[in-house]
Amino acid sequence: MLAHDQDSLKRTPLHSLHVSLGGKMVPFAGYDMPVQYPAGVLKEHLQTRASAGLFDVSHMGQIALWPKSGRIEDAAGALERLVPQDIVAIAPGRQRYAQFTNADGGILDDLMVANFGDHLFLVVNAACKDADEAHLRANLSGDCAIESLEGRALIALQGPKAEAVLAKFCAEAPAMKFMDAGPHEVAGIQCFVSRSGYTGEDGFEISVPSSDAERLAKMLLDNPDVLPIGLGARDSLRLEAGLCLYGHDIDTTTTPVEAALEWSVQKSRRSGGARAGGFPGADKILTHFDNGASRRRVGLRAEGRAPVREGALLFAHDTGGAPIGQVTSGGFGPSLSAPVAMGYVPTNLSALGTKLFAEVRGQRLPLAVAAMPFVKNTYKR
Amino acid sequence: MTTTLYTSDHEWLAIDGDTATVGITDYAQQQLGDVVFVELPKVGRSLKKAEAAAVVESVKAASDVYAPISGEVLATNDALAAEPALVNSDAQGKAWFFKIKIADKSELGGLMDEAAYKAHTA
Repeated sequence: MLAHDQDSLKRTPLHSLHVSLGGKMVPFAGYDMPVQYPAGVLKEHLQTRASAGLFDVSHMGQIALWPKSGRIEDAAGALERLVPQDIVAIAPGRQRYAQFTNADGGILDDLMVANFGDHLFLVVNAACKDADEAHLRANLSGDCAIESLEGRALIALQGPKAEAVLAKFCAEAPAMKFMDAGPHEVAGIQCFVSRSGYTGEDGFEISVPSSDAERLAKMLLDNPDVLPIGLGARDSLRLEAGLCLYGHDIDTTTTPVEAALEWSVQKSRRSGGARAGGFPGADKILTHFDNGASRRRVGLRAEGRAPVREGALLFAHDTGGAPIGQVTSGGFGPSLSAPVAMGYVPTNLSALGTKLFAEVRGQRLPLAVAAMPFVKNTYKR
Repeated sequence: MTTTLYTSDHEWLAIDGDTATVGITDYAQQQLGDVVFVELPKVGRSLKKAEAAAVVESVKAASDVYAPISGEVLATNDALAAEPALVNSDAQGKAWFFKIKIADKSELGGLMDEAAYKAHTA
């Protein structure tokens, strides 16, 4: 394990709560974060699928884009210069998954964009947030005031009991649908609540002023249906849900088409659409849409019990031949009690059921291209 | 009469004559968390001290288990394939990994007794 200087790590507003709950703290994206609590990754994972889990995701970046004109469509139109998504069409009170792309069609970061009526609310990855903010300032300052919401924590409440738990503190929560987002009072605290998450389960993400974060987290954790969940289970949950982890499954070398994220690019931004192109790397990304890409992110299920992890090389045959691809995320899926992975393969080997081999400790283990999500999602649509 | 010795890498060895039974310590399983997969060496393999002999995987990560001494693998614990969680529930009992024929008894001299291992993990 790499030695780290704990003093140089940032802390979220829930840091002391994590420590008091017995969290095993590790460095992650510059923060001292809980990888697990005493229950352990396996139980925390299963708890989230069966009941409810509380996650501190305050390390992620929260950014407000305020239109200088006062018209939300101007902020939305400006943001469309940086992402291949239809931002103008996001209705007030709704949010959408998006990617910042670069001139080569690669992905600089993935993010959530919500329309809060008079401004856009963005949630970006912790490791990318400084670069994202600089990118926004460099490109959108003419149209938008860019406000980094440093004073807010972000708490995710995920799992089948999340709705019932949150309803005790936020009467509007049960009426929200998947990807609804907006300002709501939670336990009397002014929060931003979205019905979304990173687990494949129904659930909510709650942006709360840092000064109230611990009080709110404790209120939620007081419910016997809720346990604190660390980054370890967050990763196994999102992997089973088939969701990309930035820097692993997507990065500056993968286009949204290669990453199998076509669903996230609306027709209005594709060739022939009302606002086709006009985002960084549009030429390459639209070519991938029109003609296909040569490789594709796929789900992989192993035949055996051995987890196939990030970095494992993929082969078309059990002996010989050059690698045809690589695993970008992989591990053990506690809900399936089996290994699950995702990785990039040539498009002609990406059909469901295609037999492949992964090299693990010098052995080629058989696996097959499999549909994602690996575990059926339970979003409330 | 068996004697149990420990390595600084958190393996235990129960020495019985020329045979050593090897596993990972309770401290090691606590550090690893929930074990979901164990890969064991083939019976008959000749292990050299400090070479990777087995692999133990948690949800999070894979960790090598090194041969604490040199010798031939005499038997492996098939129960771990069906129930890797035995490593968490009974690390220093039912969850032994493999038995090895001790090739060089002088290698045992570098190992710790229980008191020394307790101090090592304190």
